[in-house]
Amino acid sequence: MSNVMDKPVSRRGLFSTVGRLGVTAALAGGVMSPTGVAVASGHEEKLNKSVERYMGAGEVTYEKVTIDAPIIAENGRVVPVKVTVDHPMTDDDFIESVGIFVDKNPIPFAARFRLKPGQAGKAVVATRLKIGKSSNLRAIARTNNGKLLGGLREIKVTIGGCGG
Amino acid sequence: MSSGIGKAKIRIPRSIQAGDTVEVKALIRHPMETGLRKNKKTKEKIPAHYIDEVTVEFRNETVLVADWGAAVAKDPFFSFFLQVDGPGVLKITWKDNKGEVYSKTTEVTVK
Repeated sequence: MSNVMDKPVSRRGLFSTVGRLGVTAALAGGVMSPTGVAVASGHEEKLNKSVERYMGAGEVTYEKVTIDAPIIAENGRVVPVKVTVDHPMTDDDFIESVGIFVDKNPIPFAARFRLKPGQAGKAVVATRLKIGKSSNLRAIARTNNGKLLGGLREIKVTIGGCGG
Repeated sequence: MSSGIGKAKIRIPRSIQAGDTVEVKALIRHPMETGLRKNKKTKEKIPAHYIDEVTVEFRNETVLVADWGAAVAKDPFFSFFLQVDGPGVLKITWKDNKGEVYSKTTEVTVK
């Protein structure tokens, strides 16, 4: 970890590193916050609470969840977001909910979709979000066994989604 | 208030065979005010007014429940996948933070 901290990192580099660290920690069985971010700033704390409230407590393994969204959102008021969870939807092994969070929005929670096995053929949901400023977008999926899977995506916003 | 509130469009593929998994798309008319915006002239806060719960029923069974925050964009769009085992009514019901409840139904036919 020290080699990561030693050199100056770009935002992009930092985010992808955080993503990798999350996976590594989960594999190693390390104790991490729900978002896989060890350092808690104001945003992180709000985000962690929000994730815990809507998705339940637990470590998030950052795998199997893909977020489709523009890399640069020209208009932060309407950003299309699609979340695909690569997981079966059978009666005894399924995704029970998918939550979408915007790390730097004043209220990080954006949406949660609760799915039914056998009715939702695939764990794929889409919507459009308001994103106030460039931020990480985070999708968390909860399996019926309470396991949390996650995906991260950085979105650059050129016109904010919260102004008048 | 914004006109057209309470209206929605539901789109499903035209030709469905029993057993198919299809993508359902819905568009609901709603201002989705966050409560954080200010009226530029009066400097007063515009009260929060957003849909916080959406329920989808198919053939009288709940198939999806969505909980939304104010970050969902104005005139919300959402899509999901539905396994269609036979014909029936698809009903989308949405409730906003002021307690207003609306719904829209569409007939799903299979070949």
